[in-house]
Amino acid sequence: MIHLSSHMEQVAYMVAALLFILGIQRLSKVKTARSGNRLAAVGMLLAVLVALAIHTNIGWPVLAGGLVTGAIIGALLAMRVQMTGMPELVALFNGLGGAASAFVALSDFTQKQEGAFAPDYAVAIGLSILIGAVTLSGSLIAYGKLAGKIWKNRLGPIGTQGLNAVLFLLAMGCAVWAGFLVSDPETAFQGYLALSGVALLLGIGLVMPIGGADMPVVISLLNSYSGLAACATGFVLENNLLIVAGSLVGASGLILTRVMCKAMNRSLANVLFATFGEEASTGGGGDDGYTGVKSATADEVAPILDAARRVIIAPGYGMAVAQAQHKVRELADLLEKRGCKVEFAIHPVAGRMPGHMNVLLAEADVPYDKLFELEAINGEFSDADVAIVLGANDVCNPSAIEDPGSAIAGMPVLNVWDAGTVMVIKRSLSAGYAGIKNPLFERDNTLMLFGDAKQMISDLVSEISDL
Amino acid sequence: MDPLIVGFWVLLLAIVLGVELITKVPPTLHTPLMSGANAISGITIVGAIACANAGAGTLASVLAFVAVALATINAVGGFMVTDRMLGMFSGRKKRAKGDGDGGANK
Repeated sequence: MIHLSSHMEQVAYMVAALLFILGIQRLSKVKTARSGNRLAAVGMLLAVLVALAIHTNIGWPVLAGGLVTGAIIGALLAMRVQMTGMPELVALFNGLGGAASAFVALSDFTQKQEGAFAPDYAVAIGLSILIGAVTLSGSLIAYGKLAGKIWKNRLGPIGTQGLNAVLFLLAMGCAVWAGFLVSDPETAFQGYLALSGVALLLGIGLVMPIGGADMPVVISLLNSYSGLAACATGFVLENNLLIVAGSLVGASGLILTRVMCKAMNRSLANVLFATFGEEASTGGGGDDGYTGVKSATADEVAPILDAARRVIIAPGYGMAVAQAQHKVRELADLLEKRGCKVEFAIHPVAGRMPGHMNVLLAEADVPYDKLFELEAINGEFSDADVAIVLGANDVCNPSAIEDPGSAIAGMPVLNVWDAGTVMVIKRSLSAGYAGIKNPLFERDNTLMLFGDAKQMISDLVSEISDL
Repeated sequence: MDPLIVGFWVLLLAIVLGVELITKVPPTLHTPLMSGANAISGITIVGAIACANAGAGTLASVLAFVAVALATINAVGGFMVTDRMLGMFSGRKKRAKGDGDGGANK
């Protein structure tokens, strides 16, 4: 086990911690971000080399096997993933990080000498396993939801939260029993296994009731948990580097969680426990209650776009689903060649994770200085000839401002309706995730372009090119 | 000083520093921030390495193997995918497919 004996080791770990900190600091600018990430990677490499160097009794088959297997799988995942699949991959990595912490704690426990258990060790190991296992199963459920595979929650909100409360108490019971009440290590280990099982169930119960469009919050929160799990493992091993790195990640996840909640004008408790829109997201369907909706085709709106001096595009999850980002860039390039100014309006919760739209547009080579945040762009719509709403719905719903009784009242939205003409590219009039009507579709200056986002954009491109 | 107390000092200061640093990251970079932070949480690899002892029992060895493998996936995969993403942000130099140049270190 690591004991804080060697000064050299400590100095090396301090350098690694410093590299992590500098790395994150460099992530605050697009220009320096890539070098920041590499700096953090160097820090990790240094930490690994030191850990290998000070380890006097390495079990090489286990270690080399684990390193090689992990490196190959990690590299393959990283190289193969499509940018549209990023939310799933991040969810998966969160889960694996949590699981790794739990496994380290379990493995450390099995190798401790009998009678060496201090109370703080018991608390740390219990937390490591609890947080790690919750992160693992919660992330896997989030992964499933993001990949569209899930799995309806059949218990209802009250039943689920009741069950979660019971599971949480059970987990606490296991942790206390194994950590404080049992003296025989083997029995205690069984207690920790039971804790792992209960915590896995708890993770499922916590994430299952949360709706698809709340995934940005859930991913951020699980990100934070994976850091906290590493932190708890740091206390198990008495390793300050794990504590520093873990709390940096924990803080990062918490801040993103707060940003996401603010962007929806909802509290974290509301997101986690209110099962907002779970029913509505699947239903909807009908054109219920819409009057005076004007629909148009690509060839009808092409002249409007051709004549426009300034166009603002507001993308949403629909763009990601349709993989329309490359076509969108084509459209933007085409319009710009014709002397039009094209900008993108990015709502913080557009998509399925923080910054989702930015990554997709970056993949399609849209320069990041054309992407504007909500506060920066909202005043500009009145100056735009056309606003294109691309696979977004609730983030452009005027009810948030105009109807105090609306489910999304007070949520910051993109004021697309201030533009001369609003073109909404959408498959149907079905409700968005919030399950509410969007009066934007009925406005006088709104044209509905019904169809798949990618198909519709490529139709627009070819129609405009023909003009 | 008791390592536990030191640990809490470190925890406290690191959280304050983390909040300070991360509030400065612009929304454009939130996804790379998340995957990069995720890679950093792969630091448990240090703990996993320490658990891989020669002569450990079967159970301990299996647990250590899984821990090492998972933490390595997290660290290697996390840094590489973040690098790939950030490569896309850094301009339109390569029009073609936008595939990162895979130059992730470690």
